Amino acid sequence: MALLEVKDLAIAVAINGRLVPVVRGISFEVEAGTTLGIVGESGCGKSLTSLAIMGLLEGSQVRITSGSIVFDGQDLLALPPERRRAVMGADMAMIFQEPMTSLNPVYRVGDQITESILQHRRISRAQARERAIELLRLVRIPDPEGRIDSFPHQLSGGMRQRVMIAMALACDPKLLIADEPTTALDVTVQARILDLMKELQAETGMAIMLISHDLGVIAETCDTVAVMYWGKIIETAPAAELFADMAHPYTRGLLASIPVTDREVDRLEAIPSRVPLIGETVTGCAFHPRCGRARPVCADIDPAAIAVSPSHSARCHFPGEDSA
Amino acid sequence: MLAYTFKRLLALVPTLLAASVLVFLFVHLIPGDPAAVLLGDSATPEDVARLSREMGLDRPIYVQYFIWLGHALQGDFGTSVFFRTPVMDVIAGGAETSILLAVLTMIWIIILGIPIGVMSATRHGSWVDQLASGGAMLFASVPTFWLGLYLILIFAVWLGWFPSSGFPSIHEEGGLLNLRYLLLPSLTLAAPNAALIIRLVRASMLDVQREDHVRTARAKGLHPARVAIKHVFRNALISVAAAFGFTFAALISEAVVTETVFSLPGVGQLVVQSILRRDYPVIQGVILVIVCLYMVINLIVDLAYAWLDPRVSLK
Repeated sequence: MALLEVKDLAIAVAINGRLVPVVRGISFEVEAGTTLGIVGESGCGKSLTSLAIMGLLEGSQVRITSGSIVFDGQDLLALPPERRRAVMGADMAMIFQEPMTSLNPVYRVGDQITESILQHRRISRAQARERAIELLRLVRIPDPEGRIDSFPHQLSGGMRQRVMIAMALACDPKLLIADEPTTALDVTVQARILDLMKELQAETGMAIMLISHDLGVIAETCDTVAVMYWGKIIETAPAAELFADMAHPYTRGLLASIPVTDREVDRLEAIPSRVPLIGETVTGCAFHPRCGRARPVCADIDPAAIAVSPSHSARCHFPGEDSA
Repeated sequence: MLAYTFKRLLALVPTLLAASVLVFLFVHLIPGDPAAVLLGDSATPEDVARLSREMGLDRPIYVQYFIWLGHALQGDFGTSVFFRTPVMDVIAGGAETSILLAVLTMIWIIILGIPIGVMSATRHGSWVDQLASGGAMLFASVPTFWLGLYLILIFAVWLGWFPSSGFPSIHEEGGLLNLRYLLLPSLTLAAPNAALIIRLVRASMLDVQREDHVRTARAKGLHPARVAIKHVFRNALISVAAAFGFTFAALISEAVVTETVFSLPGVGQLVVQSILRRDYPVIQGVILVIVCLYMVINLIVDLAYAWLDPRVSLK
């Protein structure tokens, strides 16, 4: 059994008392020790999915309307709040997009790391502090004994993201959810953080769920990739297979819109038009108004996932065809 | 922190000097010769001239200022025209009432303002929140004298639970029980300010609640109450602390009204009566004391601010 099994997960936002669907029934699995990448543009529902798995939707306007999330054999959505919190920050941990604002500015980083340890482990403050120093060393922060008493504003963005990672690793999680962990960092720092995550995965054997809008980041780090569009997973495959042979026109469009440096281009490829708005109704395939290979059937029938190979599927009536 | 404190203390000096110049000139802005005012209508011009010389009023004004300032620095604000006793003794007479009233009021503001504000924010949108917000709105807009009169009517006249006016010192018979005289006045004085704190705590907690680091705290699996206090309230306190300085300024002027409504022998009453009696030395003394107090309170607020927010002292 996979470490994390998400089945038919649907999420809706309450707007003026009406539930507007945002994530429309997605299913995927994360095997222990592997990395799943979820890619898609802003508003496709990838962040909401990660927050739903982590259990951070509570108290907001967002509701899980159906589906199940089974983690390590436990149905997370059926757990009482107290037992749910026992999983959060312990077996499952999360890092966020904005390292500049994700740490509490009024507490020293050491206190913020030990808070997590003391919440889940029965150890003394002194032991927790030892562990925190060890974690800072693990995420390659120089002079961890000195840095542990720094306030977040005394650290750079890259350092803060390292602290966030240290905090997430505090209780040896089985799954690390990383929601755009490098988006707010500059490129050289990005690469170092991604390398660090890969190294830590090799050392600890944890699984990673990486959410990104950046196909480059995904290609570098993931074993499996799920591409989301308008609240659905429209293509999923092992990373090597996906990048070798993209079946869905949207995935191809995403790749074509990345700037390349090895040849000269006048202008970047863009996917025409825009994503349908939240709450907008679309008949047929949600991508068909923007699709180069769309035919009449695409406007009428929403395609089911079609297997391109045993491990590769795409929600397209004409997977793998070249665009017209 | 120590260097910051020292720097702030040093910054008080020019402000105090400026305040002292204003307070000193205040008497000279009033038409007429202070010596003539002192001696009354029946004084002969010779008497007035003699007193003027005795008081140093014939000297240049800046010399007068420095002489006055020299005395003021030693706590000597001259003699009250009305009481014929040193101004400092007159002020000290009202100080007990005013200090106790201020302390009780601050206690009310804190025990009413903070818990209700926190509850209002953590149960945002519930009936608790609506009741608290509505109540806060009401009490923030009710004038102090009106509330005071109503409290007297209900709790002193109808129910007879508390005395309606006056305050015998806690050194008199009854001891600390005499504080019951200050219960209604302190509640009157606290109501609008506690209401302000409720609204402020609520608003800043709701602001902080949306911040990313609160999500991080929740992701650690902390109990919601712990997140609310340790991460949300603690950070919201930074802006609430800043408001305490303003609250204190409001308290001073509201205390004058409250002490009058409840006939309390405090400094506020003293100011009002001294103005009516044209007792300028007392007015000068009281204003200077209030200015000093206000500056000290603001210094404490700023230090608290730097202590609450580690990002401040570095700037």
